[in-house]
Amino acid sequence: MAAIYILTTVLVVLSFLADRKKTWRGLRIGVKRFLKIAPAFLSMLLLVSVVLSFTPDQFLADVLARDSKWIAMVAGLSLGSVSVMPGFIAFPLCGILLEKGALYMVLSAFSTTLMMIGIATFPLEKAYLGTRLALARNAVSFFVALAVAIATGLVYGELL
Amino acid sequence: MKIPRKQRRNLGLAGVFGLFVLTSFLLDFSPGQEVARNFLLFLGHMLRVLPCVFLLIGLFDVWVSRETIEKHLGSEAGPWAYVWVFLLAGTTVGGLHIALPVAHALRSKGARLDIVLTFVSCGAVCRVPMTLFEASFLGWKFTLVRFAVSMPLVLLTSVLVGRHFEHRHYQLPEEK
Repeated sequence: MAAIYILTTVLVVLSFLADRKKTWRGLRIGVKRFLKIAPAFLSMLLLVSVVLSFTPDQFLADVLARDSKWIAMVAGLSLGSVSVMPGFIAFPLCGILLEKGALYMVLSAFSTTLMMIGIATFPLEKAYLGTRLALARNAVSFFVALAVAIATGLVYGELL
Repeated sequence: MKIPRKQRRNLGLAGVFGLFVLTSFLLDFSPGQEVARNFLLFLGHMLRVLPCVFLLIGLFDVWVSRETIEKHLGSEAGPWAYVWVFLLAGTTVGGLHIALPVAHALRSKGARLDIVLTFVSCGAVCRVPMTLFEASFLGWKFTLVRFAVSMPLVLLTSVLVGRHFEHRHYQLPEEK
């Protein structure tokens, strides 16, 4: 985290030394774009915080650590697709789920869809990529996640 | 002043949210309070990263010429373009929400669509700083399988989808 502050500071200072006018122009562009997209970020945050608050850990554990591995797998894929979580919450949560008996392939399905696919991030993605491209990217990502989960199942011997 | 329809909707949404949170605290409705706590937590995280990201995007816009991006990541660029974009995406912080504005900036400087898509998906799933964290909770084997399987597939699907949309002269929404 500190790295990005250092990087930004160093680059801004260097840029200033090289060309003050250009730097001001760049910084203004940055601020302008940020303000323009801020509403989309806010609506994403609203959605994420609502979705996350109504899916308590216990519920996830109940669904993802089921005996039937296929139901758990489908649940992992769909819950991951619907919800969005920052990595600093998602991975510790996966650690807990693992202890509660979730399979590796289910956690793989869950965490990969969590990161790659987002119904809650969709408004933001739509603003940047356009509806059609955003839809296409999310759709193929689902199959990528499925493949990753199956591979994980094979490697851990959970599938067969 | 006339407020655009979309903004009115956003304002309305924010209003409903604020009211919901307020009532939750008044009535001691704990899921509602949880929502507010989560919202602040995420907002805090965003506000710590986003300003840097957007300042860097601004600098990128004025310092990096269109020719440079077109040459290395554009329609004339060779296979090295994928290496650059993997390195770029693999070392970024954040996730989808950080990768998207950067991807848009790359595209507006002339990067190819398949490169842009590779960047977005890799920025979501193949980040090196994140893997350290992931591996500490789920083990290295887990992380390695994910990387080994997702990277080639992300590349393949991005090329397929990117070429398809490029072929149809797909335009990204205007500058955000």
